[in-house]
Amino acid sequence: MKTVYVDNNATTQIADEVREAMIPFLTDLWGNPSSMHTFGGQTKKYIETAREQVAALIGAADPQEITFTSCGSESNNLAIRGGAEAMDKPPHVITSKVEHAAVSGPCHYLEDRGLRLTKIDVDAKGRLDVETLQREVKAGKSLTSIMWANNETGVIFPVGLIGEMVHEFGGIFHTDAVQAVGKIPMNVSELPIDMLSLSGHKIHAPKGVGALYIRRGTKVKPLVLGGHQERGRRAGTENVPYLVGLGLACELAGKKMNEENTRVKAMRDRLEAGILKSCPGSRVNGDPAGRLPNTTNISFDYIEGEAILLMLDDKGICASTGSACASGSLEPSHVLRAMQVAGMSVHGSIRFSLSTYNTEEDVDAVLTELPKVVKRLRELSPFV
Amino acid sequence: MWDYTDKVNEHFRNPHNAGKIENADGEGQVGSLACGDALKLMFKLDDEGRISEAKFQTFGCASAIASSSALTDMILGKTIEEAEKITNKDIADYLGGLPKQKVHCSVMGREALEAAIYNYRTGKTWDKEIDGEVICHCFGVTDKDIEKAVRENDIKTVEDLTDHCKAGGGCGNCLPELESMIQRLSAEEPAAEEDGARPMTNLQKIHFIEDVIDREIRPALRQDGGDLELIDVDGDTVKVRFRGACSGCVVSSITLKDVVEARLKDNVSQDIVVEEIK
Repeated sequence: MKTVYVDNNATTQIADEVREAMIPFLTDLWGNPSSMHTFGGQTKKYIETAREQVAALIGAADPQEITFTSCGSESNNLAIRGGAEAMDKPPHVITSKVEHAAVSGPCHYLEDRGLRLTKIDVDAKGRLDVETLQREVKAGKSLTSIMWANNETGVIFPVGLIGEMVHEFGGIFHTDAVQAVGKIPMNVSELPIDMLSLSGHKIHAPKGVGALYIRRGTKVKPLVLGGHQERGRRAGTENVPYLVGLGLACELAGKKMNEENTRVKAMRDRLEAGILKSCPGSRVNGDPAGRLPNTTNISFDYIEGEAILLMLDDKGICASTGSACASGSLEPSHVLRAMQVAGMSVHGSIRFSLSTYNTEEDVDAVLTELPKVVKRLRELSPFV
Repeated sequence: MWDYTDKVNEHFRNPHNAGKIENADGEGQVGSLACGDALKLMFKLDDEGRISEAKFQTFGCASAIASSSALTDMILGKTIEEAEKITNKDIADYLGGLPKQKVHCSVMGREALEAAIYNYRTGKTWDKEIDGEVICHCFGVTDKDIEKAVRENDIKTVEDLTDHCKAGGGCGNCLPELESMIQRLSAEEPAAEEDGARPMTNLQKIHFIEDVIDREIRPALRQDGGDLELIDVDGDTVKVRFRGACSGCVVSSITLKDVVEARLKDNVSQDIVVEEIK
């Protein structure tokens, strides 16, 4: 059975080119970049090339503004905990109600230590309540962390506008761009963004590597101490093969940006329209007008997400759900709940997220199998 | 990914007895769309009073569907009196076990059975009356439900309670209350004879306050690296000193009123006032 992978916001396939580029650093070039000898020291230049490739994808003015980390979560922790600690007095921490746990976790950590935390609402389409944010940023210097695009709905936030508001009152603005990088064009040097997190495995590099953009002049206290690496911002011998992989993945993402926003977007749109047409009682969650090109989140009335996923899984189709039953807790998606999506629709929500590796056949496979699954589960439901 | 048994997978993918019975002898529905799962159970009896037909309709995850399917298999051929004896554990066992977090699916099966039997006996629709005080607002679980769950299933931790009846699995606001309920119920002694007729002696009061601090307050403070010392009890004024992370913490005055005083008011006397000695 062929695997139809439409869960690319969870993780992505490693690009062949990326894997090939990494192999020399897992075989012959295994030296330590900090060594004085040529054998080790020669690897340093590959790290710097990777740094340039990452900087180029997001439009950083200087590659030195890129700090490599082990993952997107570490980048978020470094930005939020390290950023707050480096400010001259404890900031007002501002975030949204729909962040990934890797952002809300460190924000709550700061709150537990006595900092004021404000979480901004979203509307029914998942768009940020910018007016409330405008009021909140005025109350003292803030460390504001708001995602660029939401992982569950794909809704894009106006980071330029948010950054301006934060800066007007002397605050620092961090954005978790893990889902946005590589999917939409960006140029951080021209935007009021102080820090930006990105992750390798969302853009066809392996898991276990990420980066934090730290604008020149922004102060961050390191979380990992004990070494000079990454200019003292993150100690630890560099993970050379993974950094090389991340660098190349960024370069490839830049080259495929156009395809992502044309071919992938067209497949997403066809998939979405096809589902809405073939499955009555289904609707899109999020803002169709302001979304990532690859993501659609759809709720199905009267049936539950885990059951849908497992039946799709039987057909080799990989997607994800905001249902509580699939998460290990009883709490359904905090994103959909913040959007005031009705309980039934939260429990019956499915996210499909595509990449350039998907084909029209993948879309056809979902459109063939999903309506059968929905019909079958509705036959079991007491509410139909 | 859940580690479902083969039996769960089998009953989910090919459920037995799915569907409706027109003019059922007994019919009961529990759960709701908002809660994320619901089960409607219907049965018919033969001339000898045995369940000859059983059907279900379920909105829910794989284990909810499998539990429903299993339940219908289990009650077929049984008399009402026999069926009534089926517990949620019997349903889970029939399926070769359920993941811990999915035990509430088997509880839903048991409740639907109760509802259908009630309907058979009374002709009325079983409507789960809110009996007692709602403790978990996310899932509408009352103190009576919790008492029953804890007593009947030997529940010792909040996690087990959540797995059993969902209480505490939503926003988490009721977790401290659930914790103290479980502690109280598991340490339960026969009801006090005097029933509050005589006021406590000062010594009794001090012992009681120390006990409440030890049992209910200290564990919560210790989680945050803090602690609390009882300095004096003067009538209804209780003097305490914060230690560890709590001393010098800016929010300790809130902790004092919201946590320490509230707990002592609940447990000892409404007149208690707590003062912090710095």
